[in-house]
Amino acid sequence: MSTSTEQFADVSATTLLRFATAGSVDDGKSTLVGRLLHDSKSVLTDQLEAVEHASRSRGQEAPDLALLTDGLRAEREQGITIDVAYRYFATARRRFILADTPGHVQYTRNMVTGASTAELAVVLVDARNGVVEQTRRHAAVAALLRVPHVVLAVNKMDLVDYAEPVFAAIAEEFTAYASELGVPEITAIPISALAGDNVVEPSANMDWYGGPTVLEHLETVPVSHDLTSCHARFPVQYVIRPQTAEHPDYRGYAGQIAAGAFRVGEQVTVLPSGKTSTISAIDALGEPVDIAWAPQSVTIRLADDIDISRGDLLAPVADAPATSQDVEATVCHVADRPLTVGQRVLLKHTTRTVKAIVKEIPSRLTLDDLSQHPEPGRLVANDIGRVKVRTAEPLALDAYADSRRTGSFLLIDPADGTTLAAGMAGESFATAKAAATTDDEEGWDF
Amino acid sequence: MTTVAHAHDTTDSPFALSHLDSLESEAVHIFREVAGEFERPVILFSGGKDSIVMLHLALKAFAPAPVPFTLLHVDTGHNFPEVLAYRDRAVARHGLRLHVASVQEYIDAGKLRERPDGTRNPLQTVPLTEAIQQHRFDAVFGGGRRDEEKARAKERVFSLRDEFSQWDPRRQRPELWQLYNGRHAPGEHVRVFPLSNWTELDVWQYIAREGIELPEIYFAHEREVFARNGMWLTAGEWGGPKETETVEKRLVRYRTVGDMSCTGAVDSDATTLDAVIAEIAASRLTERGATRADDKMSEAAMEDRKREGYF
Repeated sequence: MSTSTEQFADVSATTLLRFATAGSVDDGKSTLVGRLLHDSKSVLTDQLEAVEHASRSRGQEAPDLALLTDGLRAEREQGITIDVAYRYFATARRRFILADTPGHVQYTRNMVTGASTAELAVVLVDARNGVVEQTRRHAAVAALLRVPHVVLAVNKMDLVDYAEPVFAAIAEEFTAYASELGVPEITAIPISALAGDNVVEPSANMDWYGGPTVLEHLETVPVSHDLTSCHARFPVQYVIRPQTAEHPDYRGYAGQIAAGAFRVGEQVTVLPSGKTSTISAIDALGEPVDIAWAPQSVTIRLADDIDISRGDLLAPVADAPATSQDVEATVCHVADRPLTVGQRVLLKHTTRTVKAIVKEIPSRLTLDDLSQHPEPGRLVANDIGRVKVRTAEPLALDAYADSRRTGSFLLIDPADGTTLAAGMAGESFATAKAAATTDDEEGWDF
Repeated sequence: MTTVAHAHDTTDSPFALSHLDSLESEAVHIFREVAGEFERPVILFSGGKDSIVMLHLALKAFAPAPVPFTLLHVDTGHNFPEVLAYRDRAVARHGLRLHVASVQEYIDAGKLRERPDGTRNPLQTVPLTEAIQQHRFDAVFGGGRRDEEKARAKERVFSLRDEFSQWDPRRQRPELWQLYNGRHAPGEHVRVFPLSNWTELDVWQYIAREGIELPEIYFAHEREVFARNGMWLTAGEWGGPKETETVEKRLVRYRTVGDMSCTGAVDSDATTLDAVIAEIAASRLTERGATRADDKMSEAAMEDRKREGYF
């Protein structure tokens, strides 16, 4: 039997950071990503040769680092990034998964997609232009998706003579805006992606800047916190019942812990049935453990034989979420066909998919200036709006602000399975005050 | 100062998972989602390291119960005998059911024609698609990783394919949080890539950590090879070498395992897992760049093959 102390010993190994970049080609985002990969020596010789070859055949003298990430023919032909690309690189301290998201206005859904799994978002601005509409849109998406850490990379500092006041003004304006939306941590870094200033190596051109480079920041930003203080949630994915001679009575509930930590001996409530039992064992992929936490995939066994199946949720008895058939949420519409009032959909929440109907679309949000448009009647691709949905069965849905994993859901077209919208239960934005006090504040009321 | 809130502490909390534990948990979650939502899933199993890691993860995901999936191998007819032997041992040891779709049978029946360059990799698409249709597989696990190739970097974990197995990158479903949407119409299926977020180095580190057995050709050994397109190919019945190509004996190992006609060996003296990991960490070439002739054909070779239904 291994103890939790032995598991903690694993921490000395490399950790994983998932982050997203947002910005347009014009801001130099692909150049920044290319620079990060290149300067951290994550681009290998054959990839670089391919990029050099392709750049030359397009008549460019210097290798176009954007070609490293624009993987599709259409992207290379049009010189734009169409879809989220995932990139992988590592340093001695960390492994990184980068969701490189296009910044064009029609691709809000890609930004939302990239931000949904990100612990950190890098927002790029051009030092010559400062905070523009698109920057505010990126800040709003990061706030909406509750990305815990935001980096403002003020790029093209070489084109403003590496002037500190230019950087300071942009950093101040952005920090004020994003803080107001509830972004809990903002770090501004002056860079030149093209020249390499402050991306991996500290810049010799900006003595006035004493903070970390982009890569240093990525390597040191905390990727986890004390999970024992979080609401513990375990959506059941699959029931393991071998029914073999060796394991005639084994019955385990397989799943990935969505939030918090679970311990052997802990009393849990099964939702939506409300039945209770005690955790008798936790198998962490072949190894019995006393405690397990998010995002570990484990198998939980209970002391009592109760009816539990895929789609049920285990939570501590003292901290179980309320169940409801009425969902109020912010959604980002991601499909080409619109979402309308009265539409019948499927709602997928954790491991549970239920029938639902869109009862109301109270408002649509313009990300550029956060203005509200009441009763739009429908949402089209890349719209963000508030919805009220009635589900056929009760759901144990948390507020997205409390739990990104158990507060999020998809709306799906039952006819052909198209993913229509990405939903976040509860209020759209945290206020700066709520973020600072961390109580269950109702949030920003439009 | 522009940093608000707090300055970081540079140590992670005791609840931080190692990168291998994070990747393992994610892959296991994907296997269990498929088991929970699909009727007839199958694992594409070639006996290559990525498919071996997939099988290992599937075994862990459902233990102590057996893996609730069958295996499918698309046999090009030019496979390494060591790899086929490994495949059969793995199937027997874990009591699994293996389906084989044979490219050679398609050629013999006149349904496929040998290409002038002798490579059979692109020929796998039709037998693969027909096996999927014939067995009505609705979820097909592949060992593809996004770090392998830039078109793969754009693919979803759950990748919807039409009845011709075709991939349309512009019609992919956005994939948000860990909510995978596997709904599909009859005749369609979903390709599922549990190792999407793994790199070559992660795969090797995981193999070392878990003590997973591999076919011996992944480790340095003496072999009769000849040079073609800058790669060492194994001499053998599949059609190499040509008259102008000279066979020599070299100490090599394979970084990837595929069709013998287009999978190159690399010069190596790495006979242990640790030596292999050290070699990969120091390599200046990508896995496919070093060993796959089929990806060197054009900038969009992989994208084109994927659109047509390739892995």
